[in-house]
Amino acid sequence: MSDISNKKPETGAFFQRDRAWHAPALTPGYKTSVLRSPQKALLSLDGTISEITGPVFGHSILGELDNDLIHNFARPGESAIGERIIVHGRVLDERGKPVPGALLEFWQANAGGRYRHRKETYLAPLDPNFGGCGRAITDADGTYRFRTIKPGPYPWPNGVNDWRPAHIHFSIFGHGFAQRLITQMYFEGDPMIWKCPIVTTIPDRRAIEQLIAPLDWANTIPMDARAYKFDIVLRGRRSTLFENRLEGN
Amino acid sequence: MVQELGYLKESPSQTAGPYVHIGCTPNFAGIAGVYETDLGSSMVNDKTLGERITVRGRVIDGGGTPLKDALVEIWQADAAGLYNSPSELRGAADPNFTGWGRCPTSADEGVFTFETVKPGRVPYKDGRRMAPHITFWIVARGINIGLHTRMYFADEAEANAEDPLLARIEHRHRVATLVAPRKGSIYTFDIHLQGEKETVFLDI
Repeated sequence: MSDISNKKPETGAFFQRDRAWHAPALTPGYKTSVLRSPQKALLSLDGTISEITGPVFGHSILGELDNDLIHNFARPGESAIGERIIVHGRVLDERGKPVPGALLEFWQANAGGRYRHRKETYLAPLDPNFGGCGRAITDADGTYRFRTIKPGPYPWPNGVNDWRPAHIHFSIFGHGFAQRLITQMYFEGDPMIWKCPIVTTIPDRRAIEQLIAPLDWANTIPMDARAYKFDIVLRGRRSTLFENRLEGN
Repeated sequence: MVQELGYLKESPSQTAGPYVHIGCTPNFAGIAGVYETDLGSSMVNDKTLGERITVRGRVIDGGGTPLKDALVEIWQADAAGLYNSPSELRGAADPNFTGWGRCPTSADEGVFTFETVKPGRVPYKDGRRMAPHITFWIVARGINIGLHTRMYFADEAEANAEDPLLARIEHRHRVATLVAPRKGSIYTFDIHLQGEKETVFLDI
Protein backbone atom coordinates (compact mmCIF):
# COMPACT_ATOMS: atom_id res chain seq x y z
CA MET A 1 0.00 0.00 0.00
CA SER A 2 2.97 2.30 0.40
CA ASP A 3 4.82 4.33 -2.17
CA ILE A 4 6.22 6.94 0.15
CA SER A 5 9.83 6.09 0.83
CA ASN A 6 12.56 3.55 0.29
CA LYS A 7 14.15 4.38 3.64
CA LYS A 8 14.02 1.68 6.28
CA PRO A 9 10.88 2.35 8.26
CA GLU A 10 10.98 3.00 11.96
CA THR A 11 9.70 0.29 14.26
CA GLY A 12 10.09 1.80 17.73
CA ALA A 13 7.19 1.93 20.15
CA PHE A 14 5.42 5.25 20.54
CA PHE A 15 5.97 7.73 23.34
CA GLN A 16 3.52 7.28 26.14
CA ARG A 17 0.43 9.34 25.46
CA ASP A 18 0.08 12.32 27.83
CA ARG A 19 -3.50 11.71 28.88
CA ALA A 20 -3.58 14.93 30.93
CA TRP A 21 -3.04 16.93 27.72
CA HIS A 22 -6.13 15.38 26.13
CA ALA A 23 -9.73 15.66 27.30
CA PRO A 24 -10.73 13.07 29.90
CA ALA A 25 -13.39 10.58 28.79
CA LEU A 26 -16.05 11.93 31.13
CA THR A 27 -16.80 15.62 30.57
CA PRO A 28 -20.33 16.33 31.86
CA GLY A 29 -20.43 19.77 30.19
CA TYR A 30 -20.49 17.83 26.94
CA LYS A 31 -23.54 15.77 27.78
CA THR A 32 -23.15 12.96 25.27
CA SER A 33 -19.91 11.92 26.98
CA VAL A 34 -21.77 10.93 30.14
CA LEU A 35 -23.00 7.56 28.87
CA ARG A 36 -20.21 7.06 26.35
CA SER A 37 -17.15 7.37 28.60
CA PRO A 38 -15.34 4.29 29.91
CA GLN A 39 -15.14 4.40 33.69
CA LYS A 40 -12.56 1.75 34.46
CA ALA A 41 -8.82 2.27 34.23
CA LEU A 42 -7.28 1.68 30.81
CA LEU A 43 -4.92 -1.28 30.55
CA SER A 44 -1.46 0.07 29.68
CA LEU A 45 0.43 -1.66 26.91
CA ASP A 46 3.82 -0.65 25.55
CA GLY A 47 3.35 -0.91 21.80
CA THR A 48 3.65 -4.32 20.21
CA ILE A 49 3.87 -4.95 16.49
CA SER A 50 0.06 -4.71 16.38
CA GLU A 51 0.18 -1.05 17.36
CA ILE A 52 3.48 0.16 15.88
CA THR A 53 2.41 -0.94 12.41
CA GLY A 54 -0.49 0.64 10.58
CA PRO A 55 -2.01 1.05 7.15
CA VAL A 56 -0.26 3.49 4.82
CA PHE A 57 -2.02 4.97 1.82
CA GLY A 58 -0.42 5.81 -1.51
CA HIS A 59 -1.05 8.98 -3.46
CA SER A 60 -2.73 6.76 -6.06
CA ILE A 61 -5.95 6.75 -4.02
CA LEU A 62 -6.31 10.50 -4.47
CA GLY A 63 -8.48 12.11 -7.12
CA GLU A 64 -7.58 15.45 -8.64
CA LEU A 65 -10.21 17.38 -6.65
CA ASP A 66 -9.91 15.51 -3.36
CA ASN A 67 -8.21 18.49 -1.72
CA ASP A 68 -10.50 21.09 -3.28
CA LEU A 69 -13.77 21.26 -1.34
CA ILE A 70 -14.80 24.32 -3.35
CA HIS A 71 -15.12 22.15 -6.45
CA ASN A 72 -15.20 18.45 -5.54
CA PHE A 73 -18.98 18.38 -5.14
CA ALA A 74 -19.88 21.35 -7.36
CA ARG A 75 -21.61 21.21 -10.70
CA PRO A 76 -19.24 21.82 -13.63
CA GLY A 77 -18.36 25.49 -13.87
CA GLU A 78 -19.82 26.28 -10.45
CA SER A 79 -18.28 26.50 -7.00
CA ALA A 80 -19.24 26.42 -3.35
CA ILE A 81 -20.45 29.64 -1.72
CA GLY A 82 -18.42 31.17 1.08
CA GLU A 83 -15.14 32.78 2.09
CA ARG A 84 -12.45 31.10 0.02
CA ILE A 85 -9.56 29.81 2.14
CA ILE A 86 -6.46 27.65 1.83
CA VAL A 87 -5.64 25.43 4.82
CA HIS A 88 -2.11 24.14 4.89
CA GLY A 89 0.53 22.99 7.32
CA ARG A 90 2.76 20.13 8.35
CA VAL A 91 2.21 16.85 10.09
CA LEU A 92 5.05 16.32 12.58
CA ASP A 93 5.65 13.87 15.35
CA GLU A 94 6.55 14.78 18.92
CA ARG A 95 10.24 14.68 18.01
CA GLY A 96 9.59 17.44 15.47
CA LYS A 97 10.16 15.06 12.57
CA PRO A 98 7.92 15.48 9.52
CA VAL A 99 5.52 12.60 8.91
CA PRO A 100 5.46 11.90 5.17
CA GLY A 101 2.69 9.88 3.60
CA ALA A 102 0.16 10.71 6.33
CA LEU A 103 -3.44 10.50 5.15
CA LEU A 104 -5.60 13.40 6.30
CA GLU A 105 -9.35 13.37 5.86
CA PHE A 106 -11.34 16.52 6.63
CA TRP A 107 -15.01 17.38 6.88
CA GLN A 108 -16.93 20.51 7.73
CA ALA A 109 -20.20 22.46 7.60
CA ASN A 110 -20.92 24.84 4.73
CA ALA A 111 -20.58 28.61 4.94
CA GLY A 112 -23.94 28.85 6.71
CA GLY A 113 -23.03 26.24 9.33
CA ARG A 114 -25.06 23.40 7.78
CA TYR A 115 -23.76 19.84 7.28
CA ARG A 116 -24.85 17.65 4.41
CA HIS A 117 -26.16 14.84 6.62
CA ARG A 118 -29.52 13.15 7.15
CA LYS A 119 -29.43 13.79 10.89
CA GLU A 120 -28.73 17.51 10.52
CA THR A 121 -31.72 19.69 11.49
CA TYR A 122 -30.30 23.24 11.50
CA LEU A 123 -32.46 25.63 9.50
CA ALA A 124 -29.56 27.11 7.52
CA PRO A 125 -29.73 26.03 3.86
CA LEU A 126 -27.63 23.44 2.09
CA ASP A 127 -25.32 24.68 -0.64
CA PRO A 128 -25.98 22.49 -3.71
CA ASN A 129 -22.32 22.88 -4.66
CA PHE A 130 -20.79 21.88 -1.33
CA GLY A 131 -20.36 18.31 -0.08
CA GLY A 132 -18.07 19.02 2.86
CA CYS A 133 -15.40 16.30 2.65
CA GLY A 134 -11.85 16.17 1.33
CA ARG A 135 -8.53 14.44 1.82
CA ALA A 136 -4.81 14.83 1.24
CA ILE A 137 -1.58 12.91 1.82
CA THR A 138 1.49 14.65 3.19
CA ASP A 139 4.55 15.14 1.00
CA ALA A 140 8.06 13.99 1.90
CA ASP A 141 8.49 17.09 4.10
CA GLY A 142 5.22 16.42 5.94
CA THR A 143 3.30 19.26 4.27
CA TYR A 144 -0.30 19.19 3.10
CA ARG A 145 -2.76 21.70 1.71
CA PHE A 146 -6.36 21.99 0.66
CA ARG A 147 -8.80 24.60 -0.57
CA THR A 148 -12.22 25.12 0.92
CA ILE A 149 -14.69 27.72 2.13
CA LYS A 150 -14.67 28.89 5.74
CA PRO A 151 -17.33 26.90 7.61
CA GLY A 152 -20.00 28.75 9.55
CA PRO A 153 -20.68 28.39 13.29
CA TYR A 154 -23.87 26.57 14.23
CA PRO A 155 -26.10 25.82 17.22
CA TRP A 156 -26.30 22.30 18.65
CA PRO A 157 -28.43 20.58 21.25
CA ASN A 158 -26.43 20.43 24.48
CA GLY A 159 -27.10 23.44 26.66
CA VAL A 160 -30.14 25.47 25.58
CA ASN A 161 -27.94 27.96 23.73
CA ASP A 162 -24.72 26.20 22.83
CA TRP A 163 -22.96 26.96 19.55
CA ARG A 164 -19.96 25.40 17.88
CA PRO A 165 -17.27 27.83 16.74
CA ALA A 166 -16.32 27.55 13.08
CA HIS A 167 -14.18 24.42 12.75
CA ILE A 168 -12.88 21.76 10.41
CA HIS A 169 -12.67 18.13 11.53
CA PHE A 170 -9.45 16.22 10.79
CA SER A 171 -8.79 12.48 10.82
CA ILE A 172 -5.09 11.58 10.63
CA PHE A 173 -3.20 8.34 9.95
CA GLY A 174 0.49 8.37 10.77
CA HIS A 175 2.69 5.31 10.36
CA GLY A 176 1.41 3.27 13.30
CA PHE A 177 -2.12 2.47 14.38
CA ALA A 178 -1.30 3.87 17.85
CA GLN A 179 -0.91 7.31 16.23
CA ARG A 180 -4.49 7.33 14.96
CA LEU A 181 -6.05 10.69 15.78
CA ILE A 182 -9.21 12.69 15.16
CA THR A 183 -9.26 16.35 16.10
CA GLN A 184 -10.68 19.72 15.06
CA MET A 185 -9.16 22.94 13.76
CA TYR A 186 -10.42 26.35 14.89
CA PHE A 187 -9.81 29.81 13.45
CA GLU A 188 -7.71 32.57 14.99
CA GLY A 189 -9.70 35.34 16.62
CA ASP A 190 -13.00 33.49 17.02
CA PRO A 191 -14.49 34.47 20.40
CA MET A 192 -16.79 31.44 20.31
CA ILE A 193 -13.90 29.01 20.79
CA TRP A 194 -13.76 29.68 24.52
CA LYS A 195 -17.53 29.27 24.99
CA CYS A 196 -17.73 25.83 23.38
CA PRO A 197 -18.37 22.84 25.68
CA ILE A 198 -16.56 20.52 23.24
CA VAL A 199 -13.45 22.71 23.00
CA THR A 200 -13.32 23.11 26.76
CA THR A 201 -13.33 19.36 27.37
CA ILE A 202 -9.57 19.91 26.88
CA PRO A 203 -8.31 20.98 30.31
CA ASP A 204 -5.15 22.89 29.35
CA ARG A 205 -5.47 26.25 27.59
CA ARG A 206 -2.17 25.68 25.80
CA ALA A 207 -3.51 22.45 24.36
CA ILE A 208 -6.60 24.25 23.05
CA GLU A 209 -4.36 26.90 21.49
CA GLN A 210 -2.58 24.10 19.65
CA LEU A 211 -5.84 23.61 17.69
CA ILE A 212 -6.26 27.26 16.65
CA ALA A 213 -4.92 28.00 13.18
CA PRO A 214 -3.44 31.46 12.66
CA LEU A 215 -4.25 33.54 9.61
CA ASP A 216 -1.24 33.14 7.32
CA TRP A 217 -0.94 36.45 5.51
CA ALA A 218 2.25 35.41 3.73
CA ASN A 219 0.52 32.53 1.98
CA THR A 220 -2.70 34.38 1.27
CA ILE A 221 -3.31 34.51 -2.48
CA PRO A 222 -4.06 38.07 -3.62
CA MET A 223 -7.57 38.57 -5.01
CA ASP A 224 -8.37 34.91 -4.37
CA ALA A 225 -8.14 33.16 -0.99
CA ARG A 226 -6.82 33.77 2.51
CA ALA A 227 -4.58 31.12 4.06
CA TYR A 228 -4.68 29.49 7.50
CA LYS A 229 -1.77 27.40 8.76
CA PHE A 230 -2.52 24.34 10.82
CA ASP A 231 0.28 22.06 12.01
CA ILE A 232 -0.63 18.70 13.49
CA VAL A 233 1.54 16.72 15.91
CA LEU A 234 1.31 12.93 16.15
CA ARG A 235 2.95 10.79 18.79
CA GLY A 236 6.72 10.37 18.59
CA ARG A 237 8.44 7.00 18.67
CA ARG A 238 11.49 5.61 20.39
CA SER A 239 14.63 4.53 18.65
CA THR A 240 14.95 0.75 18.64
CA LEU A 241 18.74 0.79 18.60
CA PHE A 242 19.24 -0.22 22.19
CA GLU A 243 16.07 -2.17 22.83
CA ASN A 244 16.34 -5.73 23.95
CA ARG A 245 14.29 -7.54 21.37
CA LEU A 246 14.51 -11.21 20.65
CA GLU A 247 13.03 -10.46 17.25
CA GLY A 248 15.91 -8.10 16.47
CA ASN A 249 15.74 -4.49 15.35
CA MET B 1 20.12 25.32 33.20
CA VAL B 2 20.05 22.24 31.04
CA GLN B 3 19.47 21.79 27.36
CA GLU B 4 15.86 21.64 26.27
CA LEU B 5 14.53 18.31 25.07
CA GLY B 6 12.57 20.17 22.42
CA TYR B 7 9.79 17.66 22.10
CA LEU B 8 6.43 18.82 20.84
CA LYS B 9 3.09 17.97 22.40
CA GLU B 10 0.70 15.70 20.56
CA SER B 11 -2.26 17.58 19.08
CA PRO B 12 -5.13 17.07 21.51
CA SER B 13 -7.92 14.81 20.33
CA GLN B 14 -11.43 16.10 19.81
CA THR B 15 -14.60 14.08 19.36
CA ALA B 16 -15.35 12.75 15.88
CA GLY B 17 -18.81 14.27 16.33
CA PRO B 18 -22.12 13.22 14.81
CA TYR B 19 -20.99 13.79 11.22
CA VAL B 20 -17.79 11.72 11.11
CA HIS B 21 -19.28 9.76 8.22
CA ILE B 22 -19.20 12.83 5.97
CA GLY B 23 -15.42 12.80 6.18
CA CYS B 24 -14.58 9.13 6.57
CA THR B 25 -17.35 7.29 4.69
CA PRO B 26 -18.99 9.91 2.47
CA ASN B 27 -20.68 7.37 0.19
CA PHE B 28 -22.31 5.80 3.25
CA ALA B 29 -23.37 9.32 4.29
CA GLY B 30 -25.07 9.84 0.93
CA ILE B 31 -22.41 12.16 -0.50
CA ALA B 32 -21.85 10.40 -3.79
CA GLY B 33 -19.34 11.19 -6.48
CA VAL B 34 -16.53 12.69 -4.44
CA TYR B 35 -14.64 9.42 -3.83
CA GLU B 36 -15.15 6.24 -5.85
CA THR B 37 -15.47 4.07 -2.74
CA ASP B 38 -15.28 4.55 1.01
CA LEU B 39 -11.81 3.71 2.28
CA GLY B 40 -11.65 0.52 4.31
CA SER B 41 -14.98 -0.82 3.06
CA SER B 42 -13.28 -3.91 1.64
CA MET B 43 -10.37 -5.79 3.21
CA VAL B 44 -10.32 -8.93 1.06
CA ASN B 45 -10.62 -9.95 -2.56
CA ASP B 46 -11.12 -13.35 -4.21
CA LYS B 47 -7.38 -14.15 -3.94
CA THR B 48 -6.93 -13.41 -0.25
CA LEU B 49 -5.33 -16.28 1.64
CA GLY B 50 -6.75 -17.69 4.85
CA GLU B 51 -9.99 -18.59 6.52
CA ARG B 52 -12.83 -16.22 5.68
CA ILE B 53 -14.67 -14.91 8.70
CA THR B 54 -17.22 -12.23 9.52
CA VAL B 55 -16.73 -10.01 12.54
CA ARG B 56 -19.87 -8.32 13.71
CA GLY B 57 -20.89 -6.38 16.78
CA ARG B 58 -22.27 -3.26 18.38
CA VAL B 59 -20.90 -0.41 20.46
CA ILE B 60 -23.17 -0.09 23.48
CA ASP B 61 -23.46 2.91 25.79
CA GLY B 62 -23.90 2.97 29.56
CA GLY B 63 -27.68 2.93 29.17
CA GLY B 64 -27.63 -0.23 27.08
CA THR B 65 -28.31 1.54 23.79
CA PRO B 66 -26.20 0.67 20.71
CA LEU B 67 -24.50 3.68 19.12
CA LYS B 68 -25.84 4.38 15.66
CA ASP B 69 -23.35 7.10 14.87
CA ALA B 70 -20.06 5.37 15.71
CA LEU B 71 -17.17 4.61 13.37
CA VAL B 72 -15.16 1.45 13.98
CA GLU B 73 -11.75 0.71 12.49
CA ILE B 74 -9.85 -2.55 12.72
CA TRP B 75 -6.23 -3.46 12.02
CA GLN B 76 -4.94 -7.01 11.91
CA ALA B 77 -2.29 -9.36 10.59
CA ASP B 78 -2.91 -11.58 7.57
CA ALA B 79 -3.47 -15.33 7.83
CA ALA B 80 0.29 -15.90 8.11
CA GLY B 81 0.71 -13.38 10.93
CA LEU B 82 2.20 -10.52 8.90
CA TYR B 83 1.01 -6.91 8.79
CA ASN B 84 0.51 -5.09 5.49
CA SER B 85 2.60 -2.14 6.67
CA PRO B 86 6.00 -0.63 5.83
CA SER B 87 6.94 -1.13 9.49
CA GLU B 88 6.50 -4.90 9.11
CA LEU B 89 10.09 -6.09 8.65
CA ARG B 90 9.57 -9.83 9.13
CA GLY B 91 8.32 -10.52 5.63
CA ALA B 92 5.87 -9.54 2.94
CA ALA B 93 2.21 -9.71 3.87
CA ASP B 94 -0.47 -11.11 1.56
CA PRO B 95 -0.83 -8.40 -1.13
CA ASN B 96 -4.50 -9.32 -1.47
CA PHE B 97 -5.28 -8.39 2.11
CA THR B 98 -5.23 -4.81 3.37
CA GLY B 99 -5.36 -5.64 7.09
CA TRP B 100 -7.32 -2.46 7.71
CA GLY B 101 -11.08 -2.03 7.72
CA ARG B 102 -13.46 0.79 8.54
CA CYS B 103 -17.19 0.46 9.14
CA PRO B 104 -19.87 2.83 10.40
CA THR B 105 -22.38 1.29 12.79
CA SER B 106 -25.69 0.91 10.98
CA ALA B 107 -28.42 3.53 11.30
CA ASP B 108 -31.09 0.97 12.21
CA GLU B 109 -29.51 -1.41 14.73
CA GLY B 110 -26.08 0.05 15.30
CA VAL B 111 -24.21 -2.99 13.93
CA PHE B 112 -20.72 -2.99 12.39
CA THR B 113 -19.65 -5.82 10.08
CA PHE B 114 -16.24 -6.73 8.67
CA GLU B 115 -15.61 -9.44 6.07
CA THR B 116 -12.05 -10.49 6.76
CA VAL B 117 -9.76 -13.47 7.41
CA LYS B 118 -8.68 -14.97 10.66
CA PRO B 119 -5.28 -13.47 11.54
CA GLY B 120 -2.19 -15.52 12.29
CA ARG B 121 -0.24 -15.15 15.49
CA VAL B 122 2.30 -12.35 15.88
CA PRO B 123 5.11 -11.99 18.41
CA TYR B 124 5.02 -9.98 21.62
CA LYS B 125 8.08 -7.85 22.31
CA ASP B 126 9.86 -10.63 24.18
CA GLY B 127 9.34 -13.13 21.38
CA ARG B 128 6.44 -15.02 22.93
CA ARG B 129 3.58 -15.43 20.51
CA MET B 130 0.40 -13.48 21.13
CA ALA B 131 -2.91 -15.19 20.48
CA PRO B 132 -4.62 -14.21 17.21
CA HIS B 133 -6.29 -10.85 17.67
CA ILE B 134 -7.75 -7.86 15.88
CA THR B 135 -6.99 -4.31 17.03
CA PHE B 136 -10.06 -2.05 17.31
CA TRP B 137 -10.35 1.72 17.34
CA ILE B 138 -13.71 3.32 18.11
CA VAL B 139 -14.74 6.94 17.66
CA ALA B 140 -18.13 8.65 17.93
CA ARG B 141 -19.98 11.68 19.16
CA GLY B 142 -19.44 11.84 22.91
CA ILE B 143 -16.09 10.01 22.77
CA ASN B 144 -13.39 12.62 23.36
CA ILE B 145 -10.43 10.43 22.39
CA GLY B 146 -10.56 7.31 20.21
CA LEU B 147 -10.81 4.06 22.18
CA HIS B 148 -8.33 1.25 21.53
CA THR B 149 -9.12 -2.36 22.34
CA ARG B 150 -8.55 -5.86 20.97
CA MET B 151 -10.76 -8.74 19.92
CA TYR B 152 -9.60 -12.29 20.59
CA PHE B 153 -11.18 -15.51 19.29
CA ALA B 154 -13.17 -17.83 21.55
CA ASP B 155 -12.09 -20.92 19.58
CA GLU B 156 -8.41 -20.18 20.36
CA ALA B 157 -8.61 -21.08 24.03
CA GLU B 158 -5.12 -22.56 24.16
CA ALA B 159 -3.49 -19.53 22.53
CA ASN B 160 -5.59 -17.14 24.60
CA ALA B 161 -4.42 -18.87 27.77
CA GLU B 162 -0.79 -17.97 27.00
CA ASP B 163 -1.41 -14.50 25.56
CA PRO B 164 0.77 -11.88 27.30
CA LEU B 165 -1.83 -9.12 27.15
CA LEU B 166 -4.75 -11.20 28.38
CA ALA B 167 -2.51 -12.45 31.18
CA ARG B 168 -2.08 -8.87 32.43
CA ILE B 169 -5.78 -8.30 33.07
CA GLU B 170 -5.98 -8.21 36.82
CA HIS B 171 -9.71 -8.78 37.21
CA ARG B 172 -10.00 -12.13 35.45
CA HIS B 173 -13.73 -11.92 34.79
CA ARG B 174 -13.01 -9.00 32.46
CA VAL B 175 -10.94 -11.15 30.08
CA ALA B 176 -14.22 -12.32 28.55
CA THR B 177 -14.97 -8.77 27.36
CA LEU B 178 -12.21 -9.21 24.77
CA VAL B 179 -13.09 -12.69 23.55
CA ALA B 180 -15.61 -13.00 20.71
CA PRO B 181 -17.78 -16.12 20.57
CA ARG B 182 -18.06 -17.96 17.27
CA LYS B 183 -21.11 -19.25 15.45
CA GLY B 184 -20.35 -20.73 12.05
CA SER B 185 -18.00 -18.24 10.39
CA ILE B 186 -19.33 -15.29 12.39
CA TYR B 187 -17.64 -13.85 15.46
CA THR B 188 -19.71 -11.47 17.55
CA PHE B 189 -17.86 -8.73 19.41
CA ASP B 190 -20.04 -6.33 21.37
CA ILE B 191 -18.14 -3.40 22.87
CA HIS B 192 -19.54 -1.99 26.11
CA LEU B 193 -18.47 1.56 26.90
CA GLN B 194 -19.56 1.41 30.56
CA GLY B 195 -21.06 -0.71 33.27
CA GLU B 196 -20.75 -4.27 34.52
CA LYS B 197 -19.61 -5.52 31.13
CA GLU B 198 -17.33 -2.59 30.30
CA THR B 199 -14.83 -3.70 27.67
CA VAL B 200 -11.15 -3.58 28.62
CA PHE B 201 -9.80 -0.54 26.76
CA LEU B 202 -6.10 -0.05 26.20
CA ASP B 203 -3.68 2.81 26.77
CA ILE B 204 -1.27 1.97 23.99
